[in-house]
Amino acid sequence: MDNILEVCNVSKHYASKTALDDVSLTVPRGSVYGLLGPNGAGKTTLIRIINYITAPDSGKIIFDGHELTADDVASIGYLPEERGLYKKMKVGEQAIFFARLKGMTKHDAERELRKWFDKFDISDWWNKKVEELSKGMAQKVQFIVTVLHKPKLLIFDEPFSGFDPINANLLKNEILELNQQGSTIIFSTHNMASVDAICDEITLINDSRNILSGNVAEIRRREWGNRYNVEFVGNPETVKALTTTLTSRFDLLPTESDDVYSAIIVPNGDGSVRPVIEQLNSCSEIRSIRPIMPSMEDIFISTVNTYNAKHHLTAE
Amino acid sequence: MKSKIGIIIAREYLQRVRKKSFIITTIATPILLLVLMCLPAILMNVNMTSAKEVGVIDPSGKIAEKLVDSPLATFTKLDMDPDSISAEAGFDAFLILPSNVIERPVGISLYSRDASTMMLESYITQSLDDIIEQERLDAMDMGNLKSVLKEIEVNSSLNTFKLNESNEVVNSSTTISYVIGLIMSAVLYFFLLMYGQMVMTSIVEEKSNRVLELIVTSVKPMQIMMGKIIGVGCVALTQLAVWAVIILGATMTLLPMIISPELAGDISAFNAGTLDATQASIDIEGIQALSIVGDTGYLIGIMGWLLLFLLGGFLLYAAIYAAIGSAIDNVQDGSQLQAFVLIPLIISFFASTTVAANPDSGLAFWLSIVPFTSPLVMMTRIPFDIPVGEIILSLVILYISFILMVWLAGKIYRVGIFMYGKKPTIKDLIRWARY
Repeated sequence: MDNILEVCNVSKHYASKTALDDVSLTVPRGSVYGLLGPNGAGKTTLIRIINYITAPDSGKIIFDGHELTADDVASIGYLPEERGLYKKMKVGEQAIFFARLKGMTKHDAERELRKWFDKFDISDWWNKKVEELSKGMAQKVQFIVTVLHKPKLLIFDEPFSGFDPINANLLKNEILELNQQGSTIIFSTHNMASVDAICDEITLINDSRNILSGNVAEIRRREWGNRYNVEFVGNPETVKALTTTLTSRFDLLPTESDDVYSAIIVPNGDGSVRPVIEQLNSCSEIRSIRPIMPSMEDIFISTVNTYNAKHHLTAE
Repeated sequence: MKSKIGIIIAREYLQRVRKKSFIITTIATPILLLVLMCLPAILMNVNMTSAKEVGVIDPSGKIAEKLVDSPLATFTKLDMDPDSISAEAGFDAFLILPSNVIERPVGISLYSRDASTMMLESYITQSLDDIIEQERLDAMDMGNLKSVLKEIEVNSSLNTFKLNESNEVVNSSTTISYVIGLIMSAVLYFFLLMYGQMVMTSIVEEKSNRVLELIVTSVKPMQIMMGKIIGVGCVALTQLAVWAVIILGATMTLLPMIISPELAGDISAFNAGTLDATQASIDIEGIQALSIVGDTGYLIGIMGWLLLFLLGGFLLYAAIYAAIGSAIDNVQDGSQLQAFVLIPLIISFFASTTVAANPDSGLAFWLSIVPFTSPLVMMTRIPFDIPVGEIILSLVILYISFILMVWLAGKIYRVGIFMYGKKPTIKDLIRWARY
């Protein structure tokens, strides 16, 4: 597969702690990629290395087919978690300043900016100073600054924090549209719920290591564990019998109807649910069987907890 | 990458010089300075108060007629009892003399309706002294003693010259060099402190409002730091250049207007070396001062050196300030670390006064060579016409230490800008520099 970014065995140590320990990951071109992990796991350090701000102690970064160079920052857009703009500087002037630092000419920057300002309907902000804008308004400006130079790779660090739901949704749609137009998107977040539905691939970083990496659908299938939700029609006697024989593999859920029951069934030792279903089928009428896919958030939490338990770490 | 540092410099520079406060201080300060310098002269020509009517009660009868009216006071002799003056209207003040004032000039009183002025009081005592002196001389009957005394009075003055390295004779005035040296030192002190702090404040601001996180994605930390130092440095040079132009312009146009033709003649005679000091219209130091202030070439030379030392000193101190700024989260936290800048600056400023008194001493030489004190101390010495070799040596050392300091500051800056929350100590800074 064609990858926009490959992180190969990257390690980074500071005097008192290890920020990244032999981390590898690949980001396919055109994907929406989730870089997940608890606070302090090493995400920001990795992003700084990708942005050519700090150099790794060992390992290398392959960007767009070649080893990362200083010039590549023109092809990367980064929205830091801590947003900041010059408060005393006018919005338009400031956006042009940042665009020029990313290698755009003044003329191109102004033209693209006008487009974005029209799109967000904020053209009258052009000559305002940033200190006159609300926090949400400033965030919009910062978003435009991040994407203005049409980078191949866009990295958003906690992009939706600080936005109200309406603007967060607007932003999400803008980001997905940029993805449609060919930009690869990396979301860095500790809040999995905010990006669950939109990521194609993820890497979970914990304790400076990559502890889970891959395609979201595959991970969910792998972590799924053959659990199903079954709806069936039966009577209280058969249900009671099922509960006593199947014990932990049959978990009855509360329902509103008197004769329609719902239960979660879990496979037995060999990983198959067939015996349970057969038994259920023999004594009741099955209405539906649906696999219960775990949410990425569940996977995130359980994977981190399992890892921490194994390495005797306590969650912060 | 080179153009990026240019973009940073341009932003730093333009954001500052377009500020109203910058434009106002840049234009107003030299004008204010010139006004302050001319103020005494202007005030002398303005009659601020009307003359006071002073009634004089003089039982001796020898003083009152001899008191001369002036713009400060007019005197009227009164024959009345001193106790009844409160009933007498039409006078602002009463001067009451004892009857034996010539023999024993004590118990002289001035009663005033408004507060009397210092100028009025000194005018009256001066007049009384002169009159009584004359009365006493006359009483001794020694003829024309006064004119004899005038004839033998001595008023010597030194016309000082200095032999420079090539044994040319140059006019030199220690007093003028002293004043110019100290002014240069003060200007440097002000510029290095103000613009150095500007670099620090601007870095702290960028760091604390997190703009820096965005900029480092496009520009290397070292380039951001240098861009900032150079940008602010250009602002300082702009301000100095505007001040130089205004001051030079003023001396070239205003000076000839103020100076009387007689004095102008003295000055040109002085410059030609033909002035007879005893015949001059004002004392020789004054003429020397005016000669120097009017000598545009000399002023441009001084300003040229000032520019070089300002630039070197600024770059050195700004680099230290940049390292401090990168390490702290708010300006208050920097007060302790700022000692590294303040102490050498304050030492050099106070040393300047000693150095100006004795510019060729060993202390003066070494302080003008050590990079931290050299800008101020060397600028104090330059008006004393010291060997150019020493100045060049001082400059070379200053610029080399600036490069070393920038290298060190860059290392601290690179780490410091990502450190939040903890107030750093000097130990932390040393550790960061070693990363």
